[in-house]
Amino acid sequence: MKWGVVRFPGSLDDSDALYAISEVMGEAATMLWHKDESLQGADCLFLPGGFSYGDYLRTGAIARFSPIMKSVIKFANDGGLVFGTCNGFQILCEAHLLPGALTRNKSLSFICERVNVRIENAHTRFTSAAKPGQVLRLPIKHGEGCYVAPEEELRQMEERGQVILRYVDADGRESDAANPNGSMRNIAGICNERFNVFGLMPHPEHAVEKMLGGDDARVFFQSIIESAR
Amino acid sequence: MQVKVFVTPRKGILDPQGRTIESSLKSLGFANASNVKVGKYITLDIDAKSTVAARDEIKKMCEQLLANLVIEDYRFEVEGE
Repeated sequence: MKWGVVRFPGSLDDSDALYAISEVMGEAATMLWHKDESLQGADCLFLPGGFSYGDYLRTGAIARFSPIMKSVIKFANDGGLVFGTCNGFQILCEAHLLPGALTRNKSLSFICERVNVRIENAHTRFTSAAKPGQVLRLPIKHGEGCYVAPEEELRQMEERGQVILRYVDADGRESDAANPNGSMRNIAGICNERFNVFGLMPHPEHAVEKMLGGDDARVFFQSIIESAR
Repeated sequence: MQVKVFVTPRKGILDPQGRTIESSLKSLGFANASNVKVGKYITLDIDAKSTVAARDEIKKMCEQLLANLVIEDYRFEVEGE
């Protein structure tokens, strides 16, 4: 399986993502430049975190029109696997590959901390190596992670199992106190209707080694790798 | 033609900036201030044959880029209308 990490001007976690995929998980991975249209034969695309185009206008709003995004959208519409974290999640929402939008944190503060998230759906290609209800400890670092979507859309997403991750406390219970950014229904990660596009605010690429504070996010990479076998 | 575009948070969408400013206004003694919303004001020049043609173009600009209709509403004014 070959991975492609998309680098936009202002991406921050592109190198860490490439490192996590290639050095830690041992997978073939290549960096893709946003001005190119070729995906270089990648089977899974990773859209990393950062501040693409300085977050001008809205987070992800400008990156969504980068030349490579035409190929990313086509790849996703053809059923290809796309994995977006933080700014990558925001770009996927702006590109309408995922429903809803990400807005200013309720507290108005930039948050950089570890949070607990619960696996809500372990029957996807991104989460099949996890147990349903499993609680993962993952880092977040964002100013605009408050997930919003129309109520009717949220209801349908819940019914279809598109809510993949929710912010919870250490015991796996959702509460306002465990919700770092005010996201509706404590949503931390979602899939599209076809379950081939996954976006989340936490940073899996920063949680793959015990020495660096935890390796809970390996389950996402393992799931994707196993699903390709 | 000069165009003014106003982008504001949709009704029902949390606007933490508006809420914080409202509480600051109240603490300054402006107890009568309420429903504060913070949005964006964008100006641009457009080369168009008529204001009707300009309005068509600006609507497309707003819906494709300037506003995210999941969370924002927009309205605009074309100079000379």
